[in-house]
Amino acid sequence: MRQFLVFVRKECYHIFRDRRTLLILFGMPVILIVLFGFAITNEIHHSPIAVLDEAQDTYSRRLTERITSNGYFDLYQNLHSVREIEPLFKKGAVRMVIVIPPDFGSDFYHQRKAAVQLLTDASDPNNATTLVNYANAIILQYQQEITGHPALPLTIHTEVRMVYNPSLKSVFLFVPGVMTLILMLVSAMMTSITITREKELGTMEILLVSPLRPLLIVAGKVVPYIVLSFIIALIILLMGFWIFSMPVKGSLLLLFMECALFGLAALSLGVLISSVANSQQTAMMMSMMGLLLPTMLLSGFIFPLESMPLPLQLLANIIPAKWFNIILKDVMLKGAGLEQVWLPTLILGGMTLFFLLLSIRNFKTRLS
Amino acid sequence: MSDYAIVTKALTKRFGHFTATDAITFEVAKGEIFGFLGANGAGKTTAMRMLCGLLTPTSGEAIIAGYNIYTQTEQVKKRIGYMSQKFSLYEDLTVKENIRFYGGIYGLNYRQIKSKTAELLQKLQLEREARQLVSSLPLGWKQKLAFSIAVIHDPSIVFLDEPTGGVDPITRRQFWDLIYEAADSGVTVFVTTHYMDEAEYCDRISIMVDGKIKALDTPGRLKAQFGADSMNEVFLQLARAKSS
Repeated sequence: MRQFLVFVRKECYHIFRDRRTLLILFGMPVILIVLFGFAITNEIHHSPIAVLDEAQDTYSRRLTERITSNGYFDLYQNLHSVREIEPLFKKGAVRMVIVIPPDFGSDFYHQRKAAVQLLTDASDPNNATTLVNYANAIILQYQQEITGHPALPLTIHTEVRMVYNPSLKSVFLFVPGVMTLILMLVSAMMTSITITREKELGTMEILLVSPLRPLLIVAGKVVPYIVLSFIIALIILLMGFWIFSMPVKGSLLLLFMECALFGLAALSLGVLISSVANSQQTAMMMSMMGLLLPTMLLSGFIFPLESMPLPLQLLANIIPAKWFNIILKDVMLKGAGLEQVWLPTLILGGMTLFFLLLSIRNFKTRLS
Repeated sequence: MSDYAIVTKALTKRFGHFTATDAITFEVAKGEIFGFLGANGAGKTTAMRMLCGLLTPTSGEAIIAGYNIYTQTEQVKKRIGYMSQKFSLYEDLTVKENIRFYGGIYGLNYRQIKSKTAELLQKLQLEREARQLVSSLPLGWKQKLAFSIAVIHDPSIVFLDEPTGGVDPITRRQFWDLIYEAADSGVTVFVTTHYMDEAEYCDRISIMVDGKIKALDTPGRLKAQFGADSMNEVFLQLARAKSS
């Protein structure tokens, strides 16, 4: 036990004396959360648009006013001719152009039916779809107001309620995602680097010659990083709570247990990588390519898994991050308990056990 | 128990089809300084790694400090010290922290570590540098420190794998003073080197060529046997015999 404590203490010296490591450990989560929370967002704020109003009547002007007065769209320019549209898009000055035909008001009044054209810059398809949806919603609302009843000839009234995330904040999606990513980064990459560093420096030989048991060496290397990943997970949660008022609806205890489980899986992957890699560079590349990229792309954190081709969807199943991400979202946003997330937990637990046994076995064989 | 610190019988290690050490047999007496010489790739490091328990031999026997290297690994490990070719201290730890760490993993208790630290710092005249990072020390000092740490737990045998690579002759001489001191206190020293002047400092030396021990005796008798003036000549004769 004393040997173990001596080892952990030494490991802490390594961590706290290396500014670069510290920066990665604590700077990365903060930067990622802020970046994903503020900068990279699916929401629409003040998108510049242009309006070509050929009707110039009360109805058309009120429509324009409605669209541009709610913070989603800003009026960049009033157009006078169809020819002006193309150059604006090419310049990238506007994201959408609304064309109101000449007889808008009278059509609407007499025939109870009028058309509006929405032109969007679909070079960014996701964004274009979102813009159109927002604009549609505003126009529909406007129509209801004038006619006094829902859209004709449609008589089915749909009432949409976004459950668990009513204001559609994308940060709610990113906080669990970033947590997954950071835990993977800290646990897998950092451990694989720290173990290969000892190999590179030649100190691993000394450790192996010493009476320390190999398991103790691994544990001594890994335990400080377990503690660190807990602290970092806590930082991320607190940031989500304070900056983006992201709630944790489920039990905190369950959340931490799941974090520990995923952390353990990542750590054993790190140990596994270090038993193959002989230099810090290799270890880093392997964890980047083999762990971080799949975690980012196939965990459903940025790209929805449902819209991927089947082979990729199947591939995603063997990625621990996918299951962890499901658990996190369910527990944090939906307030799910173990009775709801037992299946992903079981899968994650199985993977953890598998990686753990594999990494311990592989580490021992390096002695012989 | 015998009077030998190390006994090997036909110790062999093969990597695939390549035989790194080919049935080497030798004994090292207790308290002896045993030089293990050979060109690069002759199999010195492989042999040493087998004796330290870092590699499992393909075949053959070895008894270290009275314990079998196959079955009594734990006991062997407690009784040996090891200093590798690569510099083996942690550069981002201070001198004191390194001593405390290695003392700790060899199971020394707090009081033992404290007294060992004081003794060691005084012997190496490193008292003022005790709280400095090891990375700030000159190479020669680092090597002396690494040696002192390798014997911190009073092992019966210490294995040194090219311990003096890259330092000037004066520092090398000082390093050997430490080795003599350890040997005088009863520690068996097993050292690989390719500096021939160092070979002369050893009680007995063995010369390995292509995984086999080609010569084993005291430096004086080896020189007489090969009719040479220096160990360098002995070594060259053996190496040439190999290439012809």
